[in-house]
Amino acid sequence: MTGLAGLLRNRRLRDAVLLPAISLVCGFAVASIAVVLSGANPIDAFGALLQGAFTNRNALEETLIATIPYIFLGLGVAVGFRGGLFNIGAEGQFYLGAVFGVFVGVSLHGLPGILHIPIALLAGMLGGFLWASIAGVLKARFGAHEVITTIMLNYVAFLLTDYLINNKGPLADKHATAPKTPFIDSTAQLPILVPGTRLHMGLILALLAVPLVWFLLSRTTIGFRIRAVGLNATAARAAGISVGWTMVTVMGISGALAGLAGADEVLGVSHFMPPSFSVGYGFDAIAVALLARSNPWAILPSAFLFGAMRSGAGFMQLVTGVSADLISIVQATVIIFVAAPLLVRWIFRLRDVPEAPVHIAEAGGLASAASGAAPAASLEETAT
Amino acid sequence: MHALLGENGAGKSTLMNVVYGLTSPDAGEIVFDGRPVAINRPTDAIRLGIGMVHQHFMLIPPLTVAENVILGHETARSGMLDLAEARVEVSELARRHRLEVDPAARAMDLAVGIQQRVEILKALYRGARLLILDEPTSVLTPPEAARLFDVVRNLTAQGTAVIFITHKLGEVMVIADRITVMRRGQVVADTTPAESGPSELARLMVGRPVLLRVDKKPARPGEALLRVEGLSVDDDRHQPAVQGVDLQVRAGEIVGLAGVEGNGQEELVEAIVGLRSLRAGRVLLGTREVTRLGTKGTLHAGVSFIPADRHRMGAILELPVADNLVLSDYDRPPFARGILRRFQAIWQYALNAIKAFDIRTEGPGQALGSLSGGNQQKVVVARELSTDPRVLIASQPTRGVDVGSIEFIHRQIVARRDKGLAVLLVSSELDEVLSLADRVAVIYGGRIVGVLEGDAVERERIGLMMAGAA
Repeated sequence: MTGLAGLLRNRRLRDAVLLPAISLVCGFAVASIAVVLSGANPIDAFGALLQGAFTNRNALEETLIATIPYIFLGLGVAVGFRGGLFNIGAEGQFYLGAVFGVFVGVSLHGLPGILHIPIALLAGMLGGFLWASIAGVLKARFGAHEVITTIMLNYVAFLLTDYLINNKGPLADKHATAPKTPFIDSTAQLPILVPGTRLHMGLILALLAVPLVWFLLSRTTIGFRIRAVGLNATAARAAGISVGWTMVTVMGISGALAGLAGADEVLGVSHFMPPSFSVGYGFDAIAVALLARSNPWAILPSAFLFGAMRSGAGFMQLVTGVSADLISIVQATVIIFVAAPLLVRWIFRLRDVPEAPVHIAEAGGLASAASGAAPAASLEETAT
Repeated sequence: MHALLGENGAGKSTLMNVVYGLTSPDAGEIVFDGRPVAINRPTDAIRLGIGMVHQHFMLIPPLTVAENVILGHETARSGMLDLAEARVEVSELARRHRLEVDPAARAMDLAVGIQQRVEILKALYRGARLLILDEPTSVLTPPEAARLFDVVRNLTAQGTAVIFITHKLGEVMVIADRITVMRRGQVVADTTPAESGPSELARLMVGRPVLLRVDKKPARPGEALLRVEGLSVDDDRHQPAVQGVDLQVRAGEIVGLAGVEGNGQEELVEAIVGLRSLRAGRVLLGTREVTRLGTKGTLHAGVSFIPADRHRMGAILELPVADNLVLSDYDRPPFARGILRRFQAIWQYALNAIKAFDIRTEGPGQALGSLSGGNQQKVVVARELSTDPRVLIASQPTRGVDVGSIEFIHRQIVARRDKGLAVLLVSSELDEVLSLADRVAVIYGGRIVGVLEGDAVERERIGLMMAGAA
């Protein structure tokens, strides 16, 4: 009696847990159709996905490695949502972070690791911060929509990186045949956490970032300003809060976290930078943040899930012949269901949850869907 | 002519939305023309002959009157829109009901009162035999309202039934044949103007006797605290909204700024508090110029601001009561130390404010949006008065607020005035201005068209000035 019925009665739990869970189930259901259409058995495919993510040799470590950038990036996108901004540019900021990180990694020599690593990571944060701030300033000063500017800045970031590491580029490895940067100094490499695997210190940093971002958002004046502007910029302005500055701050923090992810990836995993460095981490992070409803703590399970899908997909393709791109279908469906909670409620006949459509309709799309989620939950909780 | 009377939130509009098919009922039935009917959507209502004119008009600005009227029921000739025919039909309909409008005029060029006639025409064109008007006078000047009453009388004389939703007692006494009073979602009385006088109706609306006038002593004004000199401001479309306004508010007096909405009041107050840049003029607080201090600077200099639109500008509904109470001081001691918020201080402060301002809430942690409108507004008023301001700019401070809370808020404002606060009260409710203000400035077309004091403050005279006729 207290099981599912109890869960359904507690609205806050329902909004935080049940709706994302339903979205996930729907995502896998839709993906199953695609698997069947491609002539394979969904149970085999998802079995292989699980195997590849958890039970194979080193599978769990590889899942955790993929989880690390998702945590940083998911936190970054979530901070944007809470501030009412939709940062689609995490991917580009990730690139800039990696570029800044790799630059410090290859150009400073003779430093002890305890200095070299933090400097490189801070440089990565600076890179992401600067790149995102461009969009923040354009938004605050000229009202340029951040969705447009960050998408465009992504392309600039990709091409800029290509230029930097291409044959004659300033960051290129002159001795290599293929375009890439040189390897970073060993002093800049993040220590390995579990001997015999690639699992690195970045996991600890990511786990520390979660409470830090939570603290920033809910315990500091900066976080209050961010949330106030995200919920109602007009009221915030009337109360004397500088909305423009807050937007720049939000974009800056969001970009710094994405940049940290990029630098961490260079320092912890690849140790150099090839072209097409990322494989869409920054875009997946939007789904990570949406699934977590922009709650910093919820980023952890959400990022872990996406890490598992990413690390298991290759094995699934190898064993069952189902394309690894299948996980994109899962992700896309999850986004649709998370962004349209009304759809989930309608399909599953969840009753008496008023007001939610207002959030989405009023303040424009995904950003408010994500940022309105947590406060709406607490509102409903107190109403009962 | 049936008036549906009740406070904001009494359920008047909800009930009528059910009749018009915008809201579906949980239980009960609707009888129309002696037959029970099912009305699931507005088209059902229209087919039955029920029309509704909403508080916010639903006209398409660049289209002509005729086009707006026939929209959705276009006369077609072999698939082609026949606008000439439509124009003739609309003129004929307008003449029959004495609703003079030019069918070729564009909706965007019409005054609000005329736009309302177009809305009524729309309903009649669709064959409405029952016309529901939702707070029709809230956007009208007193002379426009009088003309609307003529139109309504004419309609009822020709056999159309009219339901008139309102919370204004005066209107009900003038035009209603029958009155239904609602309170908290229930019908509490069915009566007529002859049977129940204004004070009886007020008691029925609120559930207890109400003072219709505010008790206050004559003002003892001191030196000028807020001075606005030659202020000109543009609106969002870069059109002049305020033109060369001079205004003074002295310590210990309430200056009422009367005017029909949309005559520059909003732009004026936003410019004073630094939310809107000004084209010319300056704003002084005492002897100090605050023109370019920005919002934060102006607020910290001693100005408090109650915005007209509580949901959009006055508060953040998703945040708790406590956060809303410190919205403009969240980063200052005692509510913050460095960048850290001090929740104990905020909580204690909120508890005190809740008590002092009689805010009905479960506690400081309750989300503001789950409070009633009146209590939400008390939170805003509490925030703005707790900082010990020298000047209060109160824009529509009691809009959408129940009568009990109106009384409370009015008493608070008067009490602060007696302690030397300079108050600029902006209100489109003439009754509010008349009962609170010590001096009345009337704004029309972005200009102050007159300042009245003492015996010169007369309702009729202000009404004419609000309409630009004096």
